[in-house]
Amino acid sequence: MSLNSKIPSGALAEKWTKYKSTMPIVAPNNKRKLEVIVVGTGLAGAAAASSLGELGYSVKCFTFHDSPRRAHSIAAQGGINAAKNYANDGDSVYRLFYDTIKGGDYRAREANVHRLAECSVDIIDQCVAQGVPFAREYGGLLENRSFGGVQVSRTFYARGQTGQQLLIGAYQSLSRQIALGTVQMYNRHEMLELVKVDGKARGIIARNLLTGELERHAAHAVVLATGGYGNVFYLSTNAMMCNVTAAWKSVKKGALMANPCFTQIHPTCIPVSGEYQSKLTLMSESLRNDGRVWVPKKKEDAQAIQQGKLKGVNIKEEDRDYFLERRYPAFGNLVPRDVASRAAKVECDKGHGVSPTGLAVFLDFSDAMYRYGKTEANKKGMTGLSDAQIVALGEEVVSAKYGNLFEMYEKITGENPYKEPMKIYPAVHYTMGGVWVDYNLETNVPGLFALGECNFSDHGANRLGASALMQGLADGYFVIPYTIGTFLANEISTPKIKNDLPEFIEAEKATKALIDKLLNIKGNQSVESFHRRLGKIMWEYCGMARNEAGLVKGRQMIRELRAEYYRDVFVPGSNDEYNPELEKAIRVADLLEHGELMMVDALNRNESCGGHFREESVTDDGEAMRKDDEFAYVAAWEWNETEPILHKEPLVFENVELKTRSYK
Amino acid sequence: MSADMNLKIKVWRQKNNKASGSFETYPVVANEHMSFLEMLDVLNEGLINQKKEPIAFEHDCREGICGTCSMVINGQPHGPSSGTTTCQLHMRHFKDGDIIVVEPYRASAFPVLKDLAVDRSAFDRIIQAGGYISVNAGQAPDGNAIPIEKGRAGQSFEAAACIGCGACVAACPNGSAMLFTSAKIAHLGHLPQGEVESNKRPQAMVAQMDKEGFGMCSNIGACEAECPKEIKLENIAFMNRSYLKAVFSGEEV
Repeated sequence: MSLNSKIPSGALAEKWTKYKSTMPIVAPNNKRKLEVIVVGTGLAGAAAASSLGELGYSVKCFTFHDSPRRAHSIAAQGGINAAKNYANDGDSVYRLFYDTIKGGDYRAREANVHRLAECSVDIIDQCVAQGVPFAREYGGLLENRSFGGVQVSRTFYARGQTGQQLLIGAYQSLSRQIALGTVQMYNRHEMLELVKVDGKARGIIARNLLTGELERHAAHAVVLATGGYGNVFYLSTNAMMCNVTAAWKSVKKGALMANPCFTQIHPTCIPVSGEYQSKLTLMSESLRNDGRVWVPKKKEDAQAIQQGKLKGVNIKEEDRDYFLERRYPAFGNLVPRDVASRAAKVECDKGHGVSPTGLAVFLDFSDAMYRYGKTEANKKGMTGLSDAQIVALGEEVVSAKYGNLFEMYEKITGENPYKEPMKIYPAVHYTMGGVWVDYNLETNVPGLFALGECNFSDHGANRLGASALMQGLADGYFVIPYTIGTFLANEISTPKIKNDLPEFIEAEKATKALIDKLLNIKGNQSVESFHRRLGKIMWEYCGMARNEAGLVKGRQMIRELRAEYYRDVFVPGSNDEYNPELEKAIRVADLLEHGELMMVDALNRNESCGGHFREESVTDDGEAMRKDDEFAYVAAWEWNETEPILHKEPLVFENVELKTRSYK
Repeated sequence: MSADMNLKIKVWRQKNNKASGSFETYPVVANEHMSFLEMLDVLNEGLINQKKEPIAFEHDCREGICGTCSMVINGQPHGPSSGTTTCQLHMRHFKDGDIIVVEPYRASAFPVLKDLAVDRSAFDRIIQAGGYISVNAGQAPDGNAIPIEKGRAGQSFEAAACIGCGACVAACPNGSAMLFTSAKIAHLGHLPQGEVESNKRPQAMVAQMDKEGFGMCSNIGACEAECPKEIKLENIAFMNRSYLKAVFSGEEV
């Protein structure tokens, strides 16, 4: 199979504009006759469904939640990037493009990323018009802040709830289309199978999660916007229901899964506290604007902290190691996520960690509070203040910026981060890998599209902060409305697809058989216990550092776990009712296959790039070492239970020079 | 490390929408670092290991923002901590030996689906009635074309922080959805972008709210007290003003 990325010809900055004005489009009278299924209602899905509805297509939209507003995009905290250059600090579309390509460690497509940077500008305008209450300056104009891996302020935000506000904007647009009747909404419906007719994606099998009924839904095209697979690690910052099922069922129907091993481990999460733990909570990257990351220089201090005999505030300034500032003076605490995470792991592995488990580092705001306090005092003309009074003034400023995050931290840990430095540790957060798509966001299955975190296309081997929201909305509002036309323009004379075609009947039968199989195993172990074990294998062998022996072993362990699953899992209840355990059982079954593919991909990619760190491929000073001669390609996998098959899409860089990523 | 807490959970069990429900009591061993939902996970894991059916409850993000988790804990929606969703409530707020009563939201517009899960789709329909600004993708002017006074943007944000969990309805003796509905009307109504539809929106949304069977507001304030996002009662006043103005505007919905 040769992979055609369908990148338009021409100069990088002109590709998208030129392509948009020459691509095939569908006339309004024909749009009404064409049906499109959109699966997922996060930023990408809700934006796509509403935009396609606005254009006049007949859209059916699916979510497994009780409402489209629940999708996990809602939990994104920090912000959304856009090359507006409102800060007058030298930002441009090209700079955003370049930062994203470099941040992704040169494993993303130039053309896709440039388009993303171009669309970023329109997203902000669109969201403001929808009523997204972004942060503003006193003059009433939009405010910006900085995120990791960049040297400009281009991040727009709505306190620590940017994802929520953007999703509500998209949800409202979607709601409007639902009211207008252009979008038919199916809540509490989960896609369990892709239906192909004559090689084209023509529909899905969805399970009504309240009644268990399997439904056959047909359309001219299918759009997946079903998010990432971080939950393969069991513990992650993903929501509990995030899963790979829709994408994976498509892979089993012939779509390719690209770069599945590219996982983002986010440096600032609340550390694990016990075995019962169900998820990890992110502390926004925006905190690294003002927070300084450190561990005690002396091992004995770290040990005393681990044993609860000493506190962070007791450690003298000269005994603190601000390791990010020390190792990466140019970017300091704002190095990209992969770099920051690995650096924290290195310190903890050396025995300098600061929680009872030894797996945590400090994120300290005391300097920022003092600094802001002084500025406030100056502003208000207050003189002769004590240090404590200055810090108190600074606390107010920090609270205005990050108040909700500090509150969340206190709720979870029971510690006051204004008085004690926060303790943080890296956790799985985002998956850059995903379903392979071409420039049109179409998979190798004609008529099947994948958007947002579900696809692999824009972030390479590492995603920069505040870029996920940007990609989800760019794909949904500004890319798919155009590119879906390249497929649908050839379908205008295709009559309505019937859902009683043999392919649909067959797919429904297969889904029913899978459900029966899971319910009839009647073994002795819960779905949750298998999921937890899978997560441990993934974290141990395919986590922050990977090596050949571990990946071979990990893969074998997953295969064994999968066999055990089909022998001994216990799924309570029946199919014909609301049964969250059954839902989970189907999802975990897919994660058990996808996890194996991640191991295979990580094993194949014998280089370190972005979030993928192979211990065999490091420089003399311990930094990640890319191998551009061997691995400057997208690894797109065809699933096969015995041995997945690798298809390579070479990455061609015409505009940027491949350099060793340096944040020093 | 913290000591174990031996608790009794008295929880509402109801097979489905048509069955009648009743309370069942289960023992569970928890510790203070667990979230309330992790305590229920532990309880459910125990039930599954005994081949019994676990307690159905809705949850997703577990970081207090998606609005999926609900339930009434010891008589309070989302439990005893103010400004906190059930998923963010930690067991350190309970003590060894406690009996904790857990029920679904009780409101006629939120029918029980199973155990602790209820149907909140009425909220979606209220938004569909007019909780948006009518702007298609691609139509927007530059984001900085209309400056918005910082305080005004802040008021809008405060209202927009609503997570649509329904605690306000569950807390209200009248089962009123005024806090939810008014939060959306205030979120959009405080912004210049939302002004264009400021007559149509309140009328359409209030009409839908009534149609769904939510009760009226009698100024009790339980909604505000129980709201995990601390949405203010002032929003209801804003809604009433907007609604009255809209009615007298003569503009048709």
